[in-house]
Amino acid sequence: MREFLRLDDVLRLPRGSRLRFDEVRGTHVLLAPERTFDLDAVAADVLGFVDGIRSVDDIVTALAEKYVEDRGVIERDVIDLLDELLRKRVLDR
Amino acid sequence: MNASAPELPAPIGLLAELTHRCQLRCPYCSNPLELDKRSGELDTATWRRVLSEAAALGVLHVHLSGGEPTIRTDIVEITAHCARTGLYSNLITSGVGGALEKLDALADAGLDHVQLSFQAVDKANAERIGGFVNAQAQKMAFAGRVTALGLPLTLNAVIHRGNIDEVDRFIDLAVALGARRLEIAHTQYYGWASMNRAALMPTKADVDRSIQIVETARKALEGRLLIDLVVPDYYATYPKACVGGWGRRLINVTPSGRVLPCHAAETIPGLEFWSVRDRTLADIWTSSPAFMAYRGTDWMPEPCRSCDRKERDWGGCRCQALALTGDASATDPVCVYSPHHARIKTLAAAEASVNAESTYVYRSFSLGDRPASAGSPAGDVS
Repeated sequence: MREFLRLDDVLRLPRGSRLRFDEVRGTHVLLAPERTFDLDAVAADVLGFVDGIRSVDDIVTALAEKYVEDRGVIERDVIDLLDELLRKRVLDR
Repeated sequence: MNASAPELPAPIGLLAELTHRCQLRCPYCSNPLELDKRSGELDTATWRRVLSEAAALGVLHVHLSGGEPTIRTDIVEITAHCARTGLYSNLITSGVGGALEKLDALADAGLDHVQLSFQAVDKANAERIGGFVNAQAQKMAFAGRVTALGLPLTLNAVIHRGNIDEVDRFIDLAVALGARRLEIAHTQYYGWASMNRAALMPTKADVDRSIQIVETARKALEGRLLIDLVVPDYYATYPKACVGGWGRRLINVTPSGRVLPCHAAETIPGLEFWSVRDRTLADIWTSSPAFMAYRGTDWMPEPCRSCDRKERDWGGCRCQALALTGDASATDPVCVYSPHHARIKTLAAAEASVNAESTYVYRSFSLGDRPASAGSPAGDVS
């Protein structure tokens, strides 16, 4: 079985997983094989920080600086989002 | 459209059937029985224009398909144009012939994803089903190069009676080849598959077992391999939302430029299809009679019209309704609420119980002039 995402994991977008702004629909999207993920502003920020260098913890810290929200809440949301995308094989660690 | 009708959505996917030419002759091919000839294919400049128009219209994913798309001499340029216009390019290939030779150039051109078909894992069975000798070795080499280039790989397996016992082997193969994704897609019975239905239809027991294998593997391989399962229609309770609803998400452009709401739409008599040779894609999407015919819910008869699932499955599949009831605007007979539902179940069970060895009518450009035997594959490309 798979290991759940950890705070010290470093993630990256592999080739074939592509962030772009969809101008026709006015929304950020993550394009992946046979899938399109609609991203709200926060999710787009999270994925914008996924660079193969920052850890999950670094991403939570960066978001906590930007959004006025409890760090625990941010951490849970970030982990939920990234773990879901890992499970679907559109992110690598 | 009345005032309460929802705004026309923008299409999200373009199925670009670049050519009907193919080395393989699979008896379940989704291409029409009457294949477009090479002489009638759109040229490079027209495909560039169509792709630019698709991007402007809101298309995000382009599926470069066929036939075998790598047979086109301009496949690299077409792929590069997808990248230039921001379109996500998905190459749907058999991996044989000149596909491997072009793969590095396709990757350099910005190709995003490769979907590679396997007819079976057992070599002899694969080559019998595809009607092409020595396909398997070429596919293995192709898959190896895809992952070596860092491109995401999907394996596609169309499932039918002739390979339903290999579902677990397809899963093992996908893992061994480093695929991120596997499609276990039970045959949908249109075109060539409809013609070969009695040779392809699996039993309900085999279908149930194949689904169980996939569900077990999904859990065991979570995070390693994503498995998408397309279940066979005839044994279902409710119909699929075919192409996400007619004229809602998908545009299909044929090799000669006709624009269809789905790849089988030309089987429906009386529909008027417009061509990219004469009009823009935006004009066709908005106003083409073929797209208007079954878009939304206004066209629906009962029991669809008053059904609370009507915006989930959009009435199912029009081509299937036509093929099985003779009326393209009937409720998809796969649906438990269709008056034809019981007959479809009986039909599937009867065809699945045929014990004789499967004899296929192989896909070809000139239907009817080949012996309908599975014994003599000869993969010529005209």
